[in-house]
Parts: sequence; structure tokens; C-alpha cells
Amino acid sequence: MDARMPDAVSRRPLIEMRDVVRRFGSGNVALEGLSLVVRDCEFVSLLGPSGCGKSTALRIMAGLLAPSAGTVTLNGPGADADIAGGIGFVFQDATLMPWATVFDNVWLPLRLKGVGKAAARADVEASLASVSLLGFAASYPRELSGGMKMRVSIARAMVTKPRLLLMDEPFAALDEMTRFKLNNDVLALWEAQKLTVVFVTHSVFESVYLSSRVVIMGDRPGRAVDEIDLSDAWPRNEQYRTTSKYAAHCRIVSDALARTLDNATDG
Amino acid sequence: MPRTADVPGEGATRRILPFAMPGLTLVAALVLWEFLVRYHEVPHYLIPAPSLIASTLVRDFSSLTGSIWFTVQLTMCALGLAIVGGVLIGMCFALSRTVEMSLFPFAVVLQVTPVIAIAPLILIYVRDTFAALLVCAWIVAFFPILSSTVIGLRSADHNLRDLFTLYGATRWQRMRLLLAPSALPYFMAALKIAGGLSLIGAVVAEFVAGAAGQNTGLASRILESSFRNEIPRMFAVLLLVSLLGIAIFLFTSWLSKAVLGHWHESELEREK
Repeated sequence: MDARMPDAVSRRPLIEMRDVVRRFGSGNVALEGLSLVVRDCEFVSLLGPSGCGKSTALRIMAGLLAPSAGTVTLNGPGADADIAGGIGFVFQDATLMPWATVFDNVWLPLRLKGVGKAAARADVEASLASVSLLGFAASYPRELSGGMKMRVSIARAMVTKPRLLLMDEPFAALDEMTRFKLNNDVLALWEAQKLTVVFVTHSVFESVYLSSRVVIMGDRPGRAVDEIDLSDAWPRNEQYRTTSKYAAHCRIVSDALARTLDNATDG
Repeated sequence: MPRTADVPGEGATRRILPFAMPGLTLVAALVLWEFLVRYHEVPHYLIPAPSLIASTLVRDFSSLTGSIWFTVQLTMCALGLAIVGGVLIGMCFALSRTVEMSLFPFAVVLQVTPVIAIAPLILIYVRDTFAALLVCAWIVAFFPILSSTVIGLRSADHNLRDLFTLYGATRWQRMRLLLAPSALPYFMAALKIAGGLSLIGAVVAEFVAGAAGQNTGLASRILESSFRNEIPRMFAVLLLVSLLGIAIFLFTSWLSKAVLGHWHESELEREK
């Protein structure tokens, strides 16, 4: 096993969600008793059918939504505040500002923290280089392909050097070739920056390829119903997609997901 | 069929055509007008020939410059105040639903009541003629700016809003870096409308005021020519009002392109 693979037991918990409930004004219950622990340096995928509250869970972790009940604890080395400043978020759409250049888009998180353009230049350029887009700093988002926009979005999330990266179905709208490439980019970033990643997806294959652990969520009510540890398969690269281990993991995760859907239908 | 490479000079043709086509149409229409008026010997107090209108304009131009300046000033002041008022009130509305709910109906009332109907009252209450006309023109021009600014400020992408929240943006940062740029396309569209409306407001208000004397605008010259049966002069002044409107339209269109051209769908030039 690779030295980078987290030893799930000894790692400190970074996020702890206990019995989290989220109701919306319309009376819609998105989450009902979600309990989940994400440990330092893990790559956790939240997998489940549409409408099971995956994105809601992610937004609660980011502090963009407040839970209606239950507790969410973000543990930095010591204090909550430590991690709160270090969260990167990648949305399903690239969510770039169309009026700003690629450079200015990536600069945004630093700019909002009061870092000037000149002072931010080194960090912005390093972040763009990490997604191989340094040559496009002066371009506008409309000049880029869907995959390139998403890489800008990732560069923007990484520019503050976050400890925690939250990704909400980031590659769902991309073609398969681009998705494979970006999967590898994210894995490379995860390794190089010692990140913790929570990745929302509805693709079994993507979750198996990327994560060290898959949490399966069921709908109505939305909560974690199963989890599968995948940290025995390493390294992750294009060859991994052709191994029997990958196939076996896909099978296990698919079966677990199918059970969830059956239960939901029976219930 | 294989496509051929661009013929040299084709680009230039494509650039000239949008000006050449309407230009030729205009010339043809003027020639036809001139011909019909002369051929049928239509008296100039019914329909003057284009050549007579042109010579009247040249002859009277020096006596009209004061009126042109008056109308330009009135229109620009009305537009300027409509921008300031519309944007400021729009920002208040966008920041607070309570303020919007309390005040928006009154903005609508102001807009839907024809300015011709309100103008006599304004002329009674506001002593200075210029100020009274300005109020009338402003009422007509400010509403599109207000409503578009409100819609524009509200139209910012909600994921980008979340991103600004995540990074702890201040209210001012949010307004300057997110809401204002998001509202800009809406604002520019409103500016094109408000530019024309401020001229209409300025002319209509002056008609209602029926102001006479030296210090008055182009609308008064039109009325005056009508009373004196100077139809060629009436046409000449009308032409000036049209040219003013066209100038405003061209300027706001240019501004919109300059501001939005590098990013917004509405102003992007697509390569064919």
C-alpha cells in the first residue's frame, strides 16, 4: 500500500456530522439523521441517487447551509477557525465570473481576503500551473472548453491552499475523456497537497476510481446507509481501471447502491 | 461543394454594407420625395421638398443653436439624474426587500401615469421652467434604469454568491465584484431605452409647458413654426430632434459594446 493512503483509524477526524437534519422552507426534508466522519487526508465520495441530499450535506460542511438539527464539527489542528478558512469548493458548473479573466477568477478567493494582485501573482500562477493552464491566464472563460473551465474552477479552489476540498458533482457535465483526465488531475492534487477531499457523485465508477472510502446515501430520508473502504487498492492510475480489483470494487459499490434503492422502494 | 477561401476585400464589404444599404435607401427615398413634390407641384406649406428643408436648416441654424443646446442639456441632465436615481434606488431595493415592497408600487404609479397628465401640476409647483421640465423628463427616463438595476443585481449566479460567502466577502466586495458586474448587461440595455426616453420626456414636457421666448428648446421651435405655418422650418427642427435621438442611440450602443464586448453574449462578435 502507498504511504499516502490514509490509515483510517489513526487519522484525526476533520469533519464530524452527528444526526444532521436539514428541512427546507417548503417542508422538504433533504437530510434526516446524517452521521458522517471524514478523517484527515481521506478522499471520501458521497454516492447516491439524485435528491438524496448529497449536495445539501456538502453545503452544510462548507457552512453555506445551517443544519436544522444535529451538530457539525470542523476540527482544525486545535480550533474550528483553522479549517474554516481553508475550505475549497468546486461546484457542478465551473461557476466562473464571465467578465473576468482566468487570472482574475483564480485570484478571487485571495482578493476577497485582501491580497492585492501583485502579492497574489505567485500563488495564482502556481495554482494555474498545477492544472496546466498557466498559458491561459489572460483568457476569458468563454474562450475555454468545458474541461478547461472546470480546471480553472479547481485552480480557484486550490489557490488558498485549503486543507479540505469539497466537490459537488464537478465532472458530471463533461465528456468521458475529459472526465478521466480531470479525475487524474484531482488525484494528483490530493496527493501533492495532502488534501482531504469530499466528492459528491452519482457515478459508481468515478467514486471507485477516486476515493479511499465511499459513503452511500439513501433518499427519503437522506442519510448515510452504507460505507465501503477502498483503501487497499493503490496506486490509482489509468491501469487501475483495467484491473480485476477495480471491477470487484465497482461490483461491491454497485450492489450496495442497488440495495439502498431496493430498500427505498420497499419502504 | 468545397468552401472557397475568403476573397480579399470581402471583410471590407461586410463592414461597409451595414452603412451603405440604409444610406442608399435613404438617398433613394429623398430623391423620390424631391421628384414627387416638384412633379406634382405640392405647395411647401403642405410638404416641403428635402432641398427646401435642407436650405431652411442651413439658413436658420444659427437661430436654432440656443434651442439645440437647451434640449441637449435638458436631455442629458434628465438621463444623468435617471442613472443616479435609478441605480441608487435600485441598489436600495436589491439590498432590502422591505424597502422594495414599500416603495416599488409608487415607482410604478409614477411610470404608468402619462407624463403629459402630470406635467401641468409639476409646472405649477416648480417655479423654474428648466427644473420643471427636468422633473418631467426624469420621471419618464428613470423607471427602466430602476427596474433593470433591481433585476440585474438580483440575477447574480447563486453559486458565485455562495463562493463569496465561503470566502467571507464584505458587503462592499460583493456589490463591487459580483452584483455590479452581473447587473451591467441589464443596466446597459436599460440605458439604451432611457437615453431615448429622456429625449422624448424633454420634448413632450416642453410641448405641455408651451414655453415661449429665447430660452427654450427644440419642441418650442416646432410649436412656434406650426403657429406661424413655417412648415419647412418645422421639418428642419424635427430633423434636428431625430439626429439628437440617433446620436444618443449610437452613443449608448457604443458604450454597451465597449463595456460588455469582451464577455457578454449580447455584444460578442461571433466568427463565422
